[in-house]
Amino acid sequence: MDGVFPLVLTDVGFAPGGVALLNHIDLRIEAGSRTLILGANGAGKSVLMRLMHGLLTPSSGSVAWNDGKARPSAQAMVFQRPVMLRRSTLANIAYGLKLNGVPLAVRGARAQQALARVGLAHLGERPARVLSGGEQQRIALARAWALEPRILFLDEPTASLDPSAAREVERIVSDIHQSGATIVMTTHNLGQARRLAEEIIFLHQGRITECTPATEFFQRPRSAEAETYLRGELL
Amino acid sequence: MDALNAALGLVVGGDARLLGIIALSLRVSLSAVLLASLFALPFGALMAVRRFPGRRSLTVIINGFMGLPAVVVGLLVYLLLSRAGPLGPLGLLFTPTAMVIAQAMLVTPLLVALTRQIIADAWREYEELLHSLGASAFQATATLLWDARYSLFTVLLAGFGRAIAEVGAVMIVGGNIDGVTRVMTTAIALETTKGDLPLAMALGVILVALVLIINAFTFVTSSWAQRRFG
Amino acid sequence: MNPIRRASLLFILGCTLLGSLPIQAAESFITVASTTSTEQSGLFGYLLPLFERPSGIQVRVVALGTGQALDMARRGDADVVFVHDAAAEEKFVAEGYGVKRQEVMYNDFILVGPQDDPAKVAGGKDITEALKKIEASKSPFVSRGDKSGTHAAELRLWKAAGIDLEKSKSSWYRDTGSGMGPALNTAASLNAYILADRGTWLSFKNRQHLAIVVAGDKRLFNQYGVILVNPARHAHVKQAAGQQFIDWLLSETGQKAIAEYKIGGEQLFFPNARR
Repeated sequence: MDGVFPLVLTDVGFAPGGVALLNHIDLRIEAGSRTLILGANGAGKSVLMRLMHGLLTPSSGSVAWNDGKARPSAQAMVFQRPVMLRRSTLANIAYGLKLNGVPLAVRGARAQQALARVGLAHLGERPARVLSGGEQQRIALARAWALEPRILFLDEPTASLDPSAAREVERIVSDIHQSGATIVMTTHNLGQARRLAEEIIFLHQGRITECTPATEFFQRPRSAEAETYLRGELL
Repeated sequence: MDALNAALGLVVGGDARLLGIIALSLRVSLSAVLLASLFALPFGALMAVRRFPGRRSLTVIINGFMGLPAVVVGLLVYLLLSRAGPLGPLGLLFTPTAMVIAQAMLVTPLLVALTRQIIADAWREYEELLHSLGASAFQATATLLWDARYSLFTVLLAGFGRAIAEVGAVMIVGGNIDGVTRVMTTAIALETTKGDLPLAMALGVILVALVLIINAFTFVTSSWAQRRFG
Repeated sequence: MNPIRRASLLFILGCTLLGSLPIQAAESFITVASTTSTEQSGLFGYLLPLFERPSGIQVRVVALGTGQALDMARRGDADVVFVHDAAAEEKFVAEGYGVKRQEVMYNDFILVGPQDDPAKVAGGKDITEALKKIEASKSPFVSRGDKSGTHAAELRLWKAAGIDLEKSKSSWYRDTGSGMGPALNTAASLNAYILADRGTWLSFKNRQHLAIVVAGDKRLFNQYGVILVNPARHAHVKQAAGQQFIDWLLSETGQKAIAEYKIGGEQLFFPNARR
């Protein structure tokens, strides 16, 4: 049924300027999964996600989608700091649709619908850059959602937000998953990981030390590094 | 103080010839900046967005050309437009069009360099998002130019300031012909050579006032827009 | 559409309209390469409307030094030259750039200097004597140094005074490479002697402590000539209109108009066309 999945990473390494950030990454993302990438600062979480999304090109190994295309238009990404274009909220969402070839006639309606789904329908005409950080992140989610991606990458989407805004983002991420998208996300917030994760990928110093179902990971982590991390110690 | 009084007298007097000179100055310099920006803005933006061999050297060269003396540009355009030159048959020498061309050439390096700087800053913020959304280099350039519009307004203003204040190029290619190609700066130069220093100073005061008013207007509009639209 | 977008669109539209306005209003015009002395003395400001109105031909004057004016005409950038250096003008015609040189009017050069007169030349009639005294006393002297008609005349006079400038010039002799007005400005601030044409001097306003010290020597005679640029050399030259302007200058009406131009009651140029 699904041509895009699985996404398979084979022996991926990434070493810009000779400094190895990731080594020997083997990974498989299946359709409909909800995967969280955990690890300490500098473990390579963001880099891994960017390699999967196609923003970075691996130095070695391969990132392959099932249908062979390196960057299917069926993916979207939300960043830690939402980047808002200097235009209205609706125009920000419509802009993504335009770049993905959605005809002008339906862009407005689809943007409006996406905005309503993140609960910000009333902010459509407001300039996006003057809104609060939480609102901007929800608009970024709406912009990604409007593209109807098969997979959504989120790079610490709640790291700069207060708890209530973070909960709102989590709710929207769950909704997006419900609507059929595969989720790959990084976070530093273990509570959030517990709430959202089905699968956990744990990174340590540029390598995957384990890749397990969430329930198992939180009860009995297989690697010593993950165990230490869960106990809240610095690695 | 005398110069201020004289300047005020000239403006209040509403001398038709003076108004004609002011109008021509504005027309020539605004047209020149517009003409230059049609090329310089997209080019500066592409230089910020696209990576190509020799980009650094090109940046250095263009920054260097910002210091190009107006007289040299004037001479170059003069040789191009002179009847004996390659574009001589157009008969453009000693016309406002020639002055527009010279000033456009003069301000182009400045516009390119400033645009490149501003777009490079915006690009740092937008790069990942635009790549993620699948924007082509052309689409990215257009988006960055539109999103940096308030800053680019200031760039245009800098170009306009350089254009309207220069005398070397317009003197050579315009010829300072009374009623045809005489602008504020060449009129000031002429009054100085005639030894009428108070009149020259008064014209200078008017020129500065003009540039100040345009700057103030743009500053107020763009800072209002910045506050309003972020 | 938000107000800012509307405003910037209007601005761009305005600029485009501004830029595309018809650049030339006058249907028929000629370009005259002339000297700073005729332009800056105000002669053209007075004279040209008298020709332009009845003829319907606009005269566009580009004022340069005589040498530059002739060079500009050589490149074909003028229809008529109106300058004051007989030798250079004859050469211009001989080389085939000009059709024919015709004399229009004259005025005279004057030696201008500081009122306290360190070289003790004031009141004299003999220009070469005065130059010798300036050189002997090393009094400051400002030269145009720009290959203009006045500069050429100055160099002839130094030669006539038996002075080899190349040998004797030092810090007292300032070669400024500028037009008559800027050179006078320099002389005024240095309190120096300078050879000037009477027309520019009379209309010059920044005299400070300068005054005429020597005038009336027949070697200070300053003849102006007018030449139509040769259409055989530059096909685009506006022969008919240019010739019409020359004919008018040499006509009784034109000559009378030249004589009538005065500053402070003083006549600046003396018509002497041979008809």
